[in-house]
Amino acid sequence: MRARSFAIAGAILGLYGLLELLRQTGIISAYWAQIMDLSLIITISAVGLSLIYGFTGQFSLGHAAFYGVGAYTAGFVSKTLGAGAPGFVLALVAGAVAAGLVALLIGLPILRLRSDYLGIATLGFGVIIRVLLDNSHKLSPTLGGAKGMMGVPQLASFVWIFWLAVGAIWLAANLIRSSYGRACISIREDEVAADLMGVNTTALKTLAFVVGGALAGLAGALYAHRYPFLHPSTFDYLKSLDVLLVVVLGGLGSLTGTVVTAIGWVFLLEWLRAVLPSEYMDLRGVVYALVLIVLMIARPQGLLGGSSAKGGKRRATA
Amino acid sequence: MPLLECRNISRYFGGLRAVGGLNLTLEPGELVGLIGPNGAGKTTVFNMITGIFPPTEGQVLLEGRDLSGLASFQVTQLGIARTFQNIRLYKEMSVLDNVRTAMHAGRGYGLFDALLRTRRFGAAERRLTEQAEALLERMKLTARRDEPAGSLPYGEQRRLEIARALATSPKLLLLDEPAAGMNPSEVGELLELVRSIQRDFGLTILLIEHQMSLVMNLCQRLVVLDFGEVIARGTPAEIQSDARVLEAYLGKGATA
Repeated sequence: MRARSFAIAGAILGLYGLLELLRQTGIISAYWAQIMDLSLIITISAVGLSLIYGFTGQFSLGHAAFYGVGAYTAGFVSKTLGAGAPGFVLALVAGAVAAGLVALLIGLPILRLRSDYLGIATLGFGVIIRVLLDNSHKLSPTLGGAKGMMGVPQLASFVWIFWLAVGAIWLAANLIRSSYGRACISIREDEVAADLMGVNTTALKTLAFVVGGALAGLAGALYAHRYPFLHPSTFDYLKSLDVLLVVVLGGLGSLTGTVVTAIGWVFLLEWLRAVLPSEYMDLRGVVYALVLIVLMIARPQGLLGGSSAKGGKRRATA
Repeated sequence: MPLLECRNISRYFGGLRAVGGLNLTLEPGELVGLIGPNGAGKTTVFNMITGIFPPTEGQVLLEGRDLSGLASFQVTQLGIARTFQNIRLYKEMSVLDNVRTAMHAGRGYGLFDALLRTRRFGAAERRLTEQAEALLERMKLTARRDEPAGSLPYGEQRRLEIARALATSPKLLLLDEPAAGMNPSEVGELLELVRSIQRDFGLTILLIEHQMSLVMNLCQRLVVLDFGEVIARGTPAEIQSDARVLEAYLGKGATA
């Protein structure tokens, strides 16, 4: 067990060294380096939604709103404090904590709702955040409102993004493989039974929502320090769908699936941009919708979904 | 002091009275059967005791403590566990994890122990796993340890439900039709199993069951419900010859 942990840690360290080397030497261009960073940021956010929806079964269409709260909070803190490592760290913490707090406040009243109703409530929450961001200049001119926010110091280098992504995945995996994680999964499986087996379902749903929201906030905080222009449209409900697709495609209840799909998804979209002629660029949406449909027909349990697949496997044995 | 006391409890759904004015007392170590025709309100009694549908009127007391206003998970933590008539296992979770999940309240570590994998986490998880494995052994489910619960045959799913209920360390166990869908030899095994867990875990058991062979052989005392009201109480022998019970099951004139 211990030897295995060391082997994994060694492999991750080696991977980091290799990627950093390739980036420093220019073998990975600045353009693709940027895509790589985005894929890791999306991974952190998707891991958050994986906890909320994939493991705890709480359907959320408002994940990008937590991402936005994190980005704007961190951007504001960083712009106010100015460039520098302490300010950056503080901004990251502020982004994650702000998103976690918002998740707590919104989660307490709406987490008593079941599936579809929860989806609609989180969608409404996402719309509220979008409107607030559009009007944020009224709160503080620094936030920029509908014109967008610029001038956040670009401090999120690869070393930060990589190791925070690794840390987020590690914490999420630890949570899942604990009694807390099992209790969360039991809520997804049968909430009434979980309640009657002594699990405080309200507390655990709230926990998943807060941790998941905070991870999205952390991802947003990194995004704000990696891409120079923040705009409310980056954080509206369509972006929530993107993360939801990643979690569903990866397989509900599979953390590995979420991570692999998040990275693959970002690269797929960029690859399509590279290979499609510019006049067909609008077809990108069609291509990835088709990928989605084909995957859902072929593997309804997602790429790396659980062994007890609802679709394929049972049909095969029947 | 009685272990469980239901004082004049009633439950209404809209204008419909599912159970009316039920009084029921269980002494520690008793094994009592709750029987009656379909729709008599037996499962509603379980739902009132466990707080899923709190009684509209009356009180439920566990060891003298009023359970009014408590959520189901709190009632369970105080020592009442149950199984379900329509099996409600966590189908996609492993057999072992179904049992370990029921130990969440007694996990013995906090969130930060879990997130940071502290030594306390490791020790507590080992203990939980050992206890869960002992329960699986007891229920003859060891071979199924890592299989998804939903893939088990029916009889084993029923046994796993009992294992999961025992994992909450109950004082009172409510079994809702544990023999439903079992063949006679499985019912025979279940009878021995219920007897032995009651003895070994020092449990008080309230049992809903339609299989009369099981009820008559197992229970010391029976309570018969019909249309939400108690129509008879007594030993199995007394109940078997009770005219009102026969009438409830077979219709008027059956005893004539």
